[in-house]
Amino acid sequence: MSDRVRDDGYDDAIDALAADEGYYLACPDGHGSLPPRHACPHCGARELTETALPETGTIDSCSTLHVATPAFADDAPYVLAVASFGAVRLTGQVRAEPGTVEIGDEVAATVGESATTGDRLVVFELR
Amino acid sequence: MTDARVAGVGLTHFGVHPERTSRDLFAEAGLAALDDAGVAREDVAAVHYGNFMGELSEHQGHQGPLVAEALGLDVPATRYESACASSGVALRRAVRDVRNGEADVVVVGGAERMNNLETAESTDALAIAADGLYEVRAGMTFPGAYALMAASYFEQFGGSREDLAHIAVKNHANAVDNDRAQYQQAITVADALESPPVAEPLHLYDACPVTDGASALVLVSESYADTHDVSAPVAVTGTGQGGDKMALQDRQNMATSPAATDAATEAYADAGVSADDVDVAEVHDCFTIAEVMATESLGFFDPGAGITAAREGVTTKDGRLPVNLSGGLKAKGHPVGATGTSQVAELTRLLRGDHVNSEHVADAQTAVAHNAGGTVASAVVHVLETVADTEADAA
Ligand SMILES: [Zn+2]
Repeated sequence: MSDRVRDDGYDDAIDALAADEGYYLACPDGHGSLPPRHACPHCGARELTETALPETGTIDSCSTLHVATPAFADDAPYVLAVASFGAVRLTGQVRAEPGTVEIGDEVAATVGESATTGDRLVVFELR
Repeated sequence: MTDARVAGVGLTHFGVHPERTSRDLFAEAGLAALDDAGVAREDVAAVHYGNFMGELSEHQGHQGPLVAEALGLDVPATRYESACASSGVALRRAVRDVRNGEADVVVVGGAERMNNLETAESTDALAIAADGLYEVRAGMTFPGAYALMAASYFEQFGGSREDLAHIAVKNHANAVDNDRAQYQQAITVADALESPPVAEPLHLYDACPVTDGASALVLVSESYADTHDVSAPVAVTGTGQGGDKMALQDRQNMATSPAATDAATEAYADAGVSADDVDVAEVHDCFTIAEVMATESLGFFDPGAGITAAREGVTTKDGRLPVNLSGGLKAKGHPVGATGTSQVAELTRLLRGDHVNSEHVADAQTAVAHNAGGTVASAVVHVLETVADTEADAA
């Protein structure tokens, strides 16, 4: 893992996801967002509450990437997906063979490692 | 309020020029635009300049003064960065400068040097237009983002890789005679379908190339054109800009681009035109699917109906509404920071009648340029209209 300075909010959220205690930020109107936030990106509300991430999400879109940035050179090809977990969506790599993942599939979110750099990232496991 | 007139346009060749610096590229395009305009050097009041990745590709920030100097100008100069919409945003500022009376003559344009980077490095550099924490760290790339949009579009509205291939075929065909274009060769639907996958469902021929190049415009006020006998038969009559959440995951719908819809609504209202009035358009087809979403946001087609427009011949060069007659980003090339003003340079020549494809739009009076940044978290739309070259003083 590269030895970078932590990013407040982001690394805390990833730590929590890795510990099976994933959360997002909810505003009083129920909009979801990911930290760090001082205001809801959807309505501007300042009261944001850490709220448990639902255990399963649904893939809204996915793609098999054959050309990667240098940080994922040894990971390609990999399946990248955006999945809805209630009020919030996450972007991550699906730990499944390319071609076996479809929109609508149910997934759980956790934290994995890049095969190239060892850096951690959001990953999805098919349910 | 005065309209901003396009008095001059300049473009370098778009292509693989890894040895050419941004300052070198922009000097060529900017001086060509000044020569085309025929304005005096001392009348230029400002330079507005778009550039995306100068820090990464050339280790060069602060390019505003650098490129003004390259034109032999000693005026205030600012660099704008809004990813692929950088020079579209710069143009919006330039139009406002002229309209509000702050300047009678401005130079606006952009440049990008990209091919001095290895493919992996340029993929890395382009990815910084996405959310660095929640997208790039998960493995997002620029083609990957548009692939997610395409997959979502197919899921919601239908469509196929073959529909997208027809867009690539159309834009390549349009570039064949454009000697500024990176790819001047025609391709077939089979070529596109058989090209290697980049990010499924997008393959190599769905993607614009990596391009070095520059573009520039000289804008003048109506009164300056009249009093200085400057030929400027095209006016920028509408400008609009829209914004959206940075990351795809935070968009309500990944298959639409509301930022571009907002930009178009504003630009049309500004110009007093509607989508039905548009005769020709240059849109931001960084990937084939992007042309579909752009033409839907511009109101040319309902959501879900734009996917077949190229295949059915509606947007081809002899169709009802030619789109990307220059070849678009797909075939003309996409030197990121130069793209927005290159679209307006191409449209100006198409309307003036001195573009190699002008014959296809001989009666055109109204044109639209659509320039998008990232996954359309930034969008800029401009309306161009032909005007009588010398307006009566009584008007
Ligand atoms: Zn909210």
